[in-house]
Amino acid sequence: MGTVFNPSRRGVLAGSGALVLGLALPLKGKKVLAQTSSNPFAPNAFIRIAPDNTVTILSKHIEFGQGPWTGLATLVAEELDADWDQMRVEHAPADVTKYANVLFGVQGTGGSTAMASSYTQMRQAGATARAMLVQAAAEKWGMKPSAITVSDGIVRGSSNSATFGELAEAASKIEPPVEPTLKAKKDFKFIGTDRPKIDSLRKSTGTAEFTIDLYRPNMLVAVAAHPPAFGGTLASMDDREARNVKGVVDIVTVPQGVAVLAENTFAALKARDKLVLNWSDDGAETRDSAALRQLFVDAARTDGIEAAKTGDAAVALAAAEEDGTFIHEAEFYFPFLAHATMEPLDAVLERAEDGSVDVWMGSQIQTIDHGTLAAVLGMDQSNIRLNTMLAGGSFGRLATPTAHFAAEAAAIFKASGMDRPVKFMWTRTNDIKGGYYRPIATHKVRAAMDRSGDILGWEQTVASQSLTKGTPFDTGAEVDATMIEGIKEPYYEMPDHRLTAHMVDIGVPPLWWRSVGHTHTAYVMETMIDEMLEKQGLHPVSGRMRLLKDPREKAVLARVAEMANFNRKMNPERKLGVAVHKSFGTYCAQVAEVSMKNGKPKVHKVWCAVDCGQPINPNVIRAQIEGGIGYGLGAVLFDEITLGQGGKVDQSNFHDYRSLRIHEMPQIEVAIIDSDENPTGIGEPGTPPIGPAIANALRRLDGTRHHNLPIIGLNDPVGV
Amino acid sequence: MAIELTVNGKSVKTDVDPDTPLLWVIRDEMKLTGTKFGCGMAQCGACTVHVNGETRRSCVTPVKFMEGSEVTTIEGLEGKEASAVQKAWTGIDVPQCGYCQSGQVMSAVALLKKVPNPSDEDIDTAMNGNICRCATYVRIRQAIKNAAKEV
Ligand code: FES
Ligand code: FES
Repeated sequence: MGTVFNPSRRGVLAGSGALVLGLALPLKGKKVLAQTSSNPFAPNAFIRIAPDNTVTILSKHIEFGQGPWTGLATLVAEELDADWDQMRVEHAPADVTKYANVLFGVQGTGGSTAMASSYTQMRQAGATARAMLVQAAAEKWGMKPSAITVSDGIVRGSSNSATFGELAEAASKIEPPVEPTLKAKKDFKFIGTDRPKIDSLRKSTGTAEFTIDLYRPNMLVAVAAHPPAFGGTLASMDDREARNVKGVVDIVTVPQGVAVLAENTFAALKARDKLVLNWSDDGAETRDSAALRQLFVDAARTDGIEAAKTGDAAVALAAAEEDGTFIHEAEFYFPFLAHATMEPLDAVLERAEDGSVDVWMGSQIQTIDHGTLAAVLGMDQSNIRLNTMLAGGSFGRLATPTAHFAAEAAAIFKASGMDRPVKFMWTRTNDIKGGYYRPIATHKVRAAMDRSGDILGWEQTVASQSLTKGTPFDTGAEVDATMIEGIKEPYYEMPDHRLTAHMVDIGVPPLWWRSVGHTHTAYVMETMIDEMLEKQGLHPVSGRMRLLKDPREKAVLARVAEMANFNRKMNPERKLGVAVHKSFGTYCAQVAEVSMKNGKPKVHKVWCAVDCGQPINPNVIRAQIEGGIGYGLGAVLFDEITLGQGGKVDQSNFHDYRSLRIHEMPQIEVAIIDSDENPTGIGEPGTPPIGPAIANALRRLDGTRHHNLPIIGLNDPVGV
Repeated sequence: MAIELTVNGKSVKTDVDPDTPLLWVIRDEMKLTGTKFGCGMAQCGACTVHVNGETRRSCVTPVKFMEGSEVTTIEGLEGKEASAVQKAWTGIDVPQCGYCQSGQVMSAVALLKKVPNPSDEDIDTAMNGNICRCATYVRIRQAIKNAAKEV
């Protein structure tokens, strides 16, 4: 078995300092440096070249649809001069010493960092491997390395040639170069061109293996019942009838609720229905949505903790008022949103003969899941192998700083006695009712714009839950960075600006949801600007152009306006709405063409211009924009998690928590701006602009301002 | 009570609880894992199979009603429509997370068998029971059209 290497990490962190991240990450840098410096050339970390000539990348990033497998393979193939057909990808094991995200310091995926954090690192890995293959060939053929070339997976020197597989063993004995040379952009063959995705075939034939697809010998299936109110606990239970269901093996109580373990899924589900459970609401969050909503609305009406200040907004607004300048005052409400990943949460746990444990799950922050599994099982982490699986979507849902799902799975496995493997799965109802929502957010804004389109003063207060407080991601900051991202430093010229924030504490567990704080900050900024420009009779595109500061932001806006032919004469039943927003380092502008059909918005087409730095795989970039738009659109139109009496979640499945369906999907046209800048995020930046683009189009249709989401809600419960 | 049915051309006898949804017979008993669980209430289409040539949500189909039926899962798909659909799917890289895609492919194949040249409305009607949370719908529509040309 020939093998390769792990390049020096030097230079990797340096290349990423300019990124704007959606997550606040206190661990950044420190740990990874400390731990890798003692073992800087750990073999086999990222690339394996086998005698059969396959090149396997060990992906430190979980693949749940955003394309990191294809992206990482592209980066390595580029520097290796490989043939695309020989590339393979697998998930790397959980091992922070080798696979930490260079931007987080822990092993994990999120904040749209997969490419940003890997661009230099994976290219270096590929270039190192290539140099070693070349050196091995040079020694074998008695030639100088400089006389050897590599292309399409073949190493050549005068009349000699060899595949990577043939040279793998010899290459594994070569000392890796300290600073491998990376290609110049003009020599790129893979980066920036479309390649077929590495996992499309197995995902089109039903052969891709997800956690739910694992059937270990003698395995039990476990399902759980949870307290109806967040923070509730079990008071008493009668499980006699449930235990009589054929196939039920055990019923256990864990801190998270009650679990049924059975020989098969149906027996587990049937028995769960027969449990008689009495829950205690002591210490639980029992307020309903109306009460919670009021809490956030009231909070945003009072001054919060100061998060940003330039000039003096109060003075500027008072002066504007005195002059009779238009003052725009508005309040916004954003509801709880569930992620509703297509594959409900699941994990498989199994004890080996030597007492060590394997866990298979869609782990997004492996380091935290791994530590939690060890703590709950009461085992040393080195005796637990955490195997990352393909997952049916995440959108943030699997990146749990509290590792609550790993904790619940481990607690059930432990309570079962660990004699048989256990597959623990949430049902859709567990998922929709299970919390970890995009939290409620409210904004109150007061701003003035004069006739020329200058912003004379801007005061804004946001109220939401902190996503990081009390977690390993807590920076101790007074205002959680995730609730003000995208507006802390406004991208429009506003010399007098003040932003304050409230972190409201409630008992419903919150979580990041595709594009995190940008889900609401972009909406507020882009609808406010649009309304003010309209009020002053100014053009939505040129009015923004005057105010935008960053040339890359202007460039995407100009491009999208051109694509949509923004000033064309329109059928009066249709309107265009525009929005522009930078998130995760990526600039994204969208125009939506919208009409009303049977009292319901119909989005016909969305144009999008995106600048995410050096494009790695344009095909994946387009796919992420399409998906990001569809995901955001469904939520903005339909979705809201509400709490009823006693704090019980009202929704339970896709009939009352609506997903966008195919007939509601607009056509999408994407333009990717070429760039020499380092790559930035793409999984999330397509989501923030779509909401305000639609809201702006709808307002231009009928004058209605959509400041409370969702726009339609459950007035259209099924939609098919 | 043993129930006999045909799955992917093979005759199968099962004595599970007769209320067991076909989905869990396919997955838990037969270990055919291409068919997915997404909602359990006929809302998402992840569990779509063909029963006697028609699409069926296997999560709400008790196996007791399947006596004598011919069930096809994604593992047993064959024919010109199936190969055209799967080729079109990989050709433009439809899948993202991939979890819904077995169900999408099953619905698309059934559509093309009935309507060789589907219009946008035909596609909407045949496919709107299949949710894709990754919103790969633009490519699903395109892939169905590409496959139709191929058949
Ligand atoms: S699992 Fe059957 S339709 Fe969703
Ligand atoms: S590809 Fe992820 S749900 Fe469809």
